[in-house]
Amino acid sequence: MITFKLKKGLDIPLQGCAAADTMGISRPEVFAVVPDHFAGITPRLSVHEGDRVKAGTPLFHDKTHEQMNFVSPVSGEVLAINRGDRRKVMSITIKADLQDEYEQFDLSNLTDGKQVKQALLKSGLWMFIKQRPYDVIANPDKQPKSIFISGFDTAPLAPDYTYVLKGQTSALQAAVDALSKIAKVHIGLNAKQHNVELSGLKNVEFAEFDGPHPAGNVGVQINHVDPVNKGETVWTINVQDLAIIGHFLLSGKVDLVKLVALVGPMVIEPRYYRVRYGVPVSYVVKGTVHNEVPLRIVSGNVLSGHQVEMDEILEPTANQISVIAEGSDTHEFMGWIMPRFNIFSTNRTVGSAFLCGKKDFDFDARMLGGRRAIIVSGEYDKVLPMDIYPEYLLKAMIAGNLDRMEQLGAYEIAPEDMALCEYVCTSKLPVQAIVRQALDNMRKELE
Amino acid sequence: MFDKLYKVVEKLRPTFSEGGKLHAFHSLFDGFDTFLFTPNTTAKRNGVQIHDATDSKRTMIMVVIALVPAMLFGMYNVGYQHFLATGQEAGFWATFAFGLLAVLPYYLVSYIVGLGIEFTVAQWKHEEIAEGFLVTGFLIPLIVPINTPLWMVAIATAFAVIFAKEIFGGTGYNIFNVALITRAFLFFAYPTKMSGDKMFVRTDGTWGWDNGQAIADAFTGATPLGQMATASESTVQLTNASGQALSFMDAMNGLYPGSVGETCVWAILLGASLLLFTGVASWKTMFSIFVGGGLMALIFNVSGIDNAAANTPWYMHLVLGGFAFGAVFMATDPVTSARTETGKWIYGFLIGVMAITIRVLNPGFPEGMMLAILLMNAFAPLIDWCVVQANIKRRLKRITVK
Repeated sequence: MITFKLKKGLDIPLQGCAAADTMGISRPEVFAVVPDHFAGITPRLSVHEGDRVKAGTPLFHDKTHEQMNFVSPVSGEVLAINRGDRRKVMSITIKADLQDEYEQFDLSNLTDGKQVKQALLKSGLWMFIKQRPYDVIANPDKQPKSIFISGFDTAPLAPDYTYVLKGQTSALQAAVDALSKIAKVHIGLNAKQHNVELSGLKNVEFAEFDGPHPAGNVGVQINHVDPVNKGETVWTINVQDLAIIGHFLLSGKVDLVKLVALVGPMVIEPRYYRVRYGVPVSYVVKGTVHNEVPLRIVSGNVLSGHQVEMDEILEPTANQISVIAEGSDTHEFMGWIMPRFNIFSTNRTVGSAFLCGKKDFDFDARMLGGRRAIIVSGEYDKVLPMDIYPEYLLKAMIAGNLDRMEQLGAYEIAPEDMALCEYVCTSKLPVQAIVRQALDNMRKELE
Repeated sequence: MFDKLYKVVEKLRPTFSEGGKLHAFHSLFDGFDTFLFTPNTTAKRNGVQIHDATDSKRTMIMVVIALVPAMLFGMYNVGYQHFLATGQEAGFWATFAFGLLAVLPYYLVSYIVGLGIEFTVAQWKHEEIAEGFLVTGFLIPLIVPINTPLWMVAIATAFAVIFAKEIFGGTGYNIFNVALITRAFLFFAYPTKMSGDKMFVRTDGTWGWDNGQAIADAFTGATPLGQMATASESTVQLTNASGQALSFMDAMNGLYPGSVGETCVWAILLGASLLLFTGVASWKTMFSIFVGGGLMALIFNVSGIDNAAANTPWYMHLVLGGFAFGAVFMATDPVTSARTETGKWIYGFLIGVMAITIRVLNPGFPEGMMLAILLMNAFAPLIDWCVVQANIKRRLKRITVK
């Protein structure tokens, strides 16, 4: 097995790591599915209000790929189809039964890649498969050259997959066996932490990665093992989602339940919760966090996640919820010259840079500076362990120069890979938003 | 105490906001507001939710702090040279006070003119004030000759800020170092006023103190580089202002005529150590300038070109004139320097080479640092382009290899 030693990157010392302990949450009466959770698709409804559905029954499908279903996470009755401006479907609510009934899928003859693909599209689990380039739900018409799965996550307070995947070897093996009929499956392992559930898998190509965040990002791993070139497609799947696919392949049932880590400095007891898709954030967060100060609830990690409100539905791809203080009530006097031993920085103009590795910090959501033009050079290079010039790529993206983006490696990049660039940026540029918009634009123009 | 101050700021805010009486000065208000209190705007809904504790203000202020030793020594040296020129004895504090009073008007002019333009443009473009001029304004008095009339400094500063910076889009978009453009403007627009022996020594008084003193007989105000350029022999014994020989250590100590900030290498090294320790300036750029300059001077030493500058030992070139000051504070400006790490090596090396080449081969300009940096400012994007192009080629090769 090859080991890649990565030097560039940064581990952010955020307080509130999850303990190895899982709790259930109370079951809401009403579940909701939000089409906006599935970026890049246009929903066409398959159900009406009042229809009976089972867990796994299609609620809607994609307009351009009709075979791509999005299914109900529970059994019950379709309560309402909520629409917004121009009749856009905002959410589909389902009044849940007390006990779930599952749609039974026939998986008796998954002999080739095509049938595996069909089964995943039909069961709604396709949503877990993303593609590079563009970092969107994979286009089923394109044959990938390989499938990449990162076996660990280095993001701040990310779930520990040695814990999350415990006892799921058979499901993972089933998923890998099926997917390897489509393309070669690669799994990136953490050189520092042995994961027995993953390391014994067959039909897989392994590579080990040793280094700070973003070593666990699948994009970084692809760049080192088998980089994406023009015209090529690579699929990526989160490893917990891979286990969900595996359970489906073993049982024929779609069970959209996963462990979500509730973490961060404002969480009273950081731990894991067993969450079914369709549940509002409040079911996990209410009563489990300190609420003396304004809070920021983040779906995902604090680098590449996004802010959510209490009543929003947690998306199916979220593996963690991070809670930090908003910080809007802090008025720091002359912050530009204060030593700031209490606010983390990698920059040695700040006192805390000398405490690096010695303590964890309770970050808040403040920008800690104003937006400027790019001034300082070489900052981004230190946190992106890929053979890419991030500043030049970003400038090409701002300029909307598609040729230049292509030349500089835009096909290999997802917003999350450049999240650390955004974190360290002295000029406080919205790096990920720029990357997302540029990739969307590129996809529109080139596909 | 800060809470009270915060309340005052909040009370004033509506007056300066849209529709308020003093809305025309909102950029000024924003400037002071963000100076007093770190803005508590929080991250957007999408994108990183936490940010690093560094920002543009902090970065810029580090450069200003790094410049303080050179400024303080420069002030003392201005007083020292003045009393030497007029043949008077003066104590340490009188010497320093004279220098302070002589340099202070340049700071006032530089900041009033430069910041005035910055505030106006920020107001006009509805943008926050960028901190770039804090550094530029601090540099200008340190690099212009101390006998320059103030109105010339005002015009040069205005020219540089408007035509070297604002028309490109402001801080972060300029191609040339703004402070150096100020100096270059002075040297090309008023060549007769910028030459002569006494340009770098304050012969006249300041604020009415010591006006109209006669110059002592033994005094010669020529800078060491000036002595090299005007030497009639092919070797020259460099001297300080009172005619004593100038050794390497004397040049390090800096009590000889020159621009305010450039003479004392120890003070510059102190500033350099802060910039390098905090990582604000690139050690690659700095290091490669000294390597390039030293190597080029060494080549001239043995080349057979027979003039005073070519025969000056290579190590003297590195500590005389604006070489060290330019290498530490001017060439490392990230906006106008090469931005790729490989590019920084090339950029720095070529600045060193060019600076010494101009010193030796161009009799019109005793000092080559300013022109070398400005020239390489123009070439920095090209250097970066080549470095980035190599990355693009590597990526293309990946497909063809298969």
